[in-house]
Amino acid sequence: MLDRSGEQPRVIRRLDGEIARIQAKPPAERTFQEQRILSLYEQLCEGRMERNVLVLPVDAVLNWARAWSLWPVTFGLACCAIEMMATGGPKTDIDRFGAGAFRPSPRQSDLMIVAGTLTYKMAPRLRRVYDQMAEPRYVIAMGGCAIAGGPYARHGYHVVKGVDRVVPVDVYIPGCPPRPEALLDGIMRLQDKIRQDTILRVWREGFWPWKRKKSTKS
Amino acid sequence: MEAKEIHEILIQHLPGCVREFRTTTADPFWVVESERIREVAAFLKDHPALQFDMLQAVTGVDRGECFEAVYHLTSLRFGHSVTLKAVLSHEAPSIATISDIYPAANWHERETYDLLGIVFTGHPDLRRILLPDDWEGHPLRKDYVAPESYHGISNAPD
Repeated sequence: MLDRSGEQPRVIRRLDGEIARIQAKPPAERTFQEQRILSLYEQLCEGRMERNVLVLPVDAVLNWARAWSLWPVTFGLACCAIEMMATGGPKTDIDRFGAGAFRPSPRQSDLMIVAGTLTYKMAPRLRRVYDQMAEPRYVIAMGGCAIAGGPYARHGYHVVKGVDRVVPVDVYIPGCPPRPEALLDGIMRLQDKIRQDTILRVWREGFWPWKRKKSTKS
Repeated sequence: MEAKEIHEILIQHLPGCVREFRTTTADPFWVVESERIREVAAFLKDHPALQFDMLQAVTGVDRGECFEAVYHLTSLRFGHSVTLKAVLSHEAPSIATISDIYPAANWHERETYDLLGIVFTGHPDLRRILLPDDWEGHPLRKDYVAPESYHGISNAPD
């Protein structure tokens, strides 16, 4: 809003003509609105509002907060979970993206990284964990098994052929297993997706999640 | 101790329990009478010159016309091992449990039952260990067909 170069602030320059007109008037003849404009102008000149005023769309504030505070639920299924843990290590520090607070409870989580092979025995548990997460919630399918069954896609009797048969998935990360950098890239893609979101989605699609249109791939 | 010496001791003390002793394979193995598996296991464990004190694995094989239960025993004291096999019928594969002789056999026999359907009579808790309780069939059998769906989740490939 204000630049610190020492010149007159940009906003104030635009108002120059208007301010000069008001200042030319005797104080007794100024309208209430003009008094307010002059008062704000003086405050701006003194820099008193510099630290206190932030004008942004609500979407930008909400999406910024959501994108940079993605708390994942601790959900490791197989070898991909090792890479997920390595992503939290010092080399590829997942905390830089605000996604390093792995929660032991789905009720405190925003993101479920399905890291590994999902078996049919595990599928109802995964669905339950997902159902316990509060909206807005996001799912990352990490690795070939979570995407489409991986090496078990043809002849495995016990592996769900894609997590998207159980829960809706936001981001798919290929790899077997994906490197930590790939997981970071997936988190950044999810942040991109969150930034495109709008609170009007609730107004468009309905407040209650179970009344919304199903986005699960069938 | 060499496999031949173990074989000598075995046929000397338990005559008629060994159906076949084969040394042509990389690991020599004994095919024992399936009714006498408990007798053989207890003897191998307790004999002072053998002392097979560790059960490494209980597994099974589907040969098509029959099933085989396979036992791997090792003596930590002497460092020798044996492989025992028992041939079972394909219609109703069943063999006595050795889980009271070797406690390690408990979960191994449950796994063999889970994946191959071999029934270990006398087992204290014979139920599935890896697959869900409501799973149908035994997946490592040659004639097993994977289900089309499980609890509404389709198993069809993309």
